[in-house]
Amino acid sequence: MVSVAARRPRVTGRRYRSVTLGALGLIGFGLVLEVAPRIGVVPIDFAPPTSQILVTLVGQLDDGSFWTALLHTLGTWAGGLAIAVVAGAVIGVLLGSLPILRAATTTTIEFLRPIPSVALIPLVIVLYGPTVRSTLILVVYAAFWQMLIQVVHGVADVDPVALDTARSFRLSPWARVRHVVWPSALPYVMTGLRLAAAVALILTITGELVIGSPGLGKEIDTAQQSNEVRLVYALIVVTGLLGVLINLVVRWGERRLLSWHPANRAEKGAA
Amino acid sequence: MRILWRVVLAVGLPVVLIAAWWFGSAGSTDFYWPSLSTIVDTFGRTWTWEMFQEQVFPSLWRLLAGYFLAVLLGVALGALIGLNRVVRDLLEPVLEFLRAFPPPVLVPAAILLAGIGDRTKILVIVFGCVWPVLLNTIEGVRARDEVLSDTCRTYRITGLLRLRHLVLRAASPQIVTGARQALPLAIILMVISEMMAANEGLGFTVLQFQRGFQIPEMWSGVLLLGLIGIVLSLLFRLAERSLLGWYHGQRAGQREF
Repeated sequence: MVSVAARRPRVTGRRYRSVTLGALGLIGFGLVLEVAPRIGVVPIDFAPPTSQILVTLVGQLDDGSFWTALLHTLGTWAGGLAIAVVAGAVIGVLLGSLPILRAATTTTIEFLRPIPSVALIPLVIVLYGPTVRSTLILVVYAAFWQMLIQVVHGVADVDPVALDTARSFRLSPWARVRHVVWPSALPYVMTGLRLAAAVALILTITGELVIGSPGLGKEIDTAQQSNEVRLVYALIVVTGLLGVLINLVVRWGERRLLSWHPANRAEKGAA
Repeated sequence: MRILWRVVLAVGLPVVLIAAWWFGSAGSTDFYWPSLSTIVDTFGRTWTWEMFQEQVFPSLWRLLAGYFLAVLLGVALGALIGLNRVVRDLLEPVLEFLRAFPPPVLVPAAILLAGIGDRTKILVIVFGCVWPVLLNTIEGVRARDEVLSDTCRTYRITGLLRLRHLVLRAASPQIVTGARQALPLAIILMVISEMMAANEGLGFTVLQFQRGFQIPEMWSGVLLLGLIGIVLSLLFRLAERSLLGWYHGQRAGQREF
């Protein structure tokens, strides 16, 4: 073991190096995808070089229908995520704080959770047709479980000693929730939120692709059907960027809300 | 008495729910919501042995092939990247970016590149499932115990022995976590690739029922997809228990103190 004091100054240097290497990696990745179709490793008709995809992408920025589709996707994602998060949090807190309720529902939850959300696709098409509502049901179903499981575990994991201490100091139930239960469940809740946000995006795009509700997924499907290869890839890149963005925002929120948490403090020192 | 109470708690709610569905829908005349007894009846007639051979087994084969390839690839690349800091720094942003893609968008791209055969579907499953395994393996390999690493070095345990007994063993709880996250993704991708680009398979068949307004058949297909999800997750838990028995035992031991 090297002493902590001796390691500290090297941290910034290594940080700098890893950022540089990471940027190099991204550039290299783009270059490979640019060159590979041009020298014929992959068919250029079906896998256009990066530069052409980027040009098509920039061209889309002037297109009103692109922005409408993007807003549709974001709206379905946010709406579905919000419903799932609220429902998951409320039911999760309920199940987590009442052991008997939790015991009675465990098997049912374990049974329902692995049912793939896409199994519902034919059902929602029949019931609601190619509408946002159909996609929303898929999104809520899939994201709900991620949230629920995390919240149940988080609430059940509250330190009993801390809870008893609060009780013997005569903290009111509300104050106990506010100062003991909520902070100790928060890391679990944030993990649930992060997982739910990613799953919600996957199911939003899936619904749009397969069901045909309006949004980026539907645009991708239309472009593929009409053989607009570059547009297909440009829109796929947009969904990827959306994924990165959502991840960054949730991570940022997590760090801000949990800056007091040991895991975050340790990370700062050891990074 | 306590065992009886446990059993009641475990099966009580499912029994109530199924009974509510069965009796609530018993006299259903709604075309889209057939009674559960009709669905169960249709299930037996629809999913015969031939149907399984023609539509279900090919789907399951693609699912398992894609899933195991993804796990293998994820562990191999993850160990490689996790052990080498320069490679890790170089690739980490690229991997994070690739992981952020919602995997279903790969289906249209894969159709363009490779048509609608088995290869496309397996490719889509591999590409979608590899990320949770890969990133978890990298994390697991990185976080291996310093003392154990030093012990290995002291005893001059190197190469394959070290990989097998130190690196992969230390990372195995994380690897299993990644594999668990990948499983539902594999099912989703299997179904979607068959719904979008196929002329056989489970996803295709269920969607055909829906288009033909064969509603009880469609419901039975939805049930079958659900059952497959449940069975696979049970099998996974069994496998996990035998693979990670040492780990869970260790954790339980620590908790007792």
